[in-house]
Amino acid sequence: MKPAKFEYSRPDDLPTVLALLADQEDARILAGGQSLVPMMNFRIAQPAALIDINRVPGLDYIRMEGDVIAIGALARHADIQRSPVIQSNIPIMTEAYDWVAHSAVRNRGTLCGNLCHADPASEMPALMQLLEAQMVVASHTGQREVPAADFFTGTYETALEPDEMLTEVRIAKPAAGTGWRFEEVSMRKGDFAWAACAAMLRLEAGQIAMPRVAVAGVGDAPMRLDAVEAILTGQAPSEDLFQTAAQTGADAIDPPETPAASAAYRKDLVRTLLPRVLSTAAERAE
Amino acid sequence: MDKIEVSLTVNGRTRAALVSPRMLLSDFIRHELALPGTHVGCEHGVCGSCNVLVDGKAVRSCLMFAVQTDGAQITTIEGFGDGDLDPIQTAFWEEHGLQCGFCTPGMLASAKELLDHNPDPSDEEIREAISGNLCRCTGYEYIINAIRSAAAKLRAADPAAA
Ligand SMILES: Cc1cc2nc3c(=O)[nH]c(=O)nc-3n(C[C@H](O)[C@H](O)[C@H](O)COP(=O)(O)OP(=O)(O)OC[C@H]3O[C@@H](n4cnc5c(N)ncnc54)[C@H](O)[C@@H]3O)c2cc1C
Ligand code: FES
Ligand code: FES
Repeated sequence: MKPAKFEYSRPDDLPTVLALLADQEDARILAGGQSLVPMMNFRIAQPAALIDINRVPGLDYIRMEGDVIAIGALARHADIQRSPVIQSNIPIMTEAYDWVAHSAVRNRGTLCGNLCHADPASEMPALMQLLEAQMVVASHTGQREVPAADFFTGTYETALEPDEMLTEVRIAKPAAGTGWRFEEVSMRKGDFAWAACAAMLRLEAGQIAMPRVAVAGVGDAPMRLDAVEAILTGQAPSEDLFQTAAQTGADAIDPPETPAASAAYRKDLVRTLLPRVLSTAAERAE
Repeated sequence: MDKIEVSLTVNGRTRAALVSPRMLLSDFIRHELALPGTHVGCEHGVCGSCNVLVDGKAVRSCLMFAVQTDGAQITTIEGFGDGDLDPIQTAFWEEHGLQCGFCTPGMLASAKELLDHNPDPSDEEIREAISGNLCRCTGYEYIINAIRSAAAKLRAADPAAA
């Protein structure tokens, strides 16, 4: 099918983008188009206006600012996946990118567009919760920061107001010695997750400190598993502990039922993936 | 909305046209530029048969609007080779890398992007590069053989690049 008609603009600076977003009725940002255009082709989305940000200079950065990695609205999946800054500072992000879409989609799609689309089976929203990223959100009236925990409010829903744009994601570099792991099961590699699990933890005197566990594909939105984190804290890593954590995790989720993957199967996947990610994270922790 | 003027380079030729914003790049290539070698399978990003090279990168032409390509350099399957088959196409022919041929233009775009950056890919890397291209005839093993063989041909033709 073909998209419905829309007004098109291609501003070359951010203030104009934000002004158009405020002034135009039912306007949407066009970033990589890898989620928005399929929805428009199906006419699930029929925005009255598209504001194409692809020619706004200076939005495609991936850079260190002190201990924080800042990623701009036009940084594409492919560039983040290959970025040495990401690889050396947030290796779990490079690892998780193995699971995100296919190369032609990653060549266009952006991290920020991916987060705004907020598919519950998408990898990066879960990872942003794991990393406790800050979302920098701008409108014509000013700027605010929203923690990832408050940004993802439901299936395809975020805390963004209609006149707001996500301009940057800020991720604090994980502490030295942090162990990490991201694993997923999907129908084919590059498809959305049936279940994905991510873990980060540190070891202090042989005991797990500051564990973080997040899941995707198994609820209305990606989420942290607080109950699992509570069980792990202060314990020595062991297969028994991870099995208990896995059961707790499976009990804490309410996964969707789809023809390809039942809710029970998704729970099984979480029970299987959680011990795997936790034991690899513990091995990698120093 | 009014049509917008675009000017771009397609297979080495400058083309200018007036397009409505909602016109997909795939339709622009096929219907306005009369280059039907770019195939449209799903029109929602899943099959990869519409892949073309935009500024050297393989992208889904069904997920871009033609207006977005103003000033871009585009290579479609018609721009491979110079009236003759290029080494990647030759390898597909020799290795039976196609059956019905529907997925082939998109496969070749993905293969070309891979080989432009990686003259000696492993089978794993080849599989990853074409993971977003569906072949309904399911001749994947032959396609992988073809890309491996194309890499060898290109290395032999230009030993400095290998
Ligand atoms: C075949 C295929 C497979 C895929 N597989 C996966 C997968 O495995 N995992 C995965 O996570 N994703 C997958 N995707 C989706 C892909 O990651 C998209 O790139 C991403 O979801 C959207 O990013 P985009 O830049 O293309 O955004 P767009 O499509 O341009 O926009 C998406 C939405 O966000 C809004 N938006 C975009 N940028 C901003 C901004 N800066 N501020 C405010 N609003 C904004 C748009 O208005 C729109 O509503 C897949 C896509 C395809 C076609
Ligand atoms: S037609 Fe574009 S990906 Fe299928
Ligand atoms: S050769 Fe028929 S779809 Fe691939």
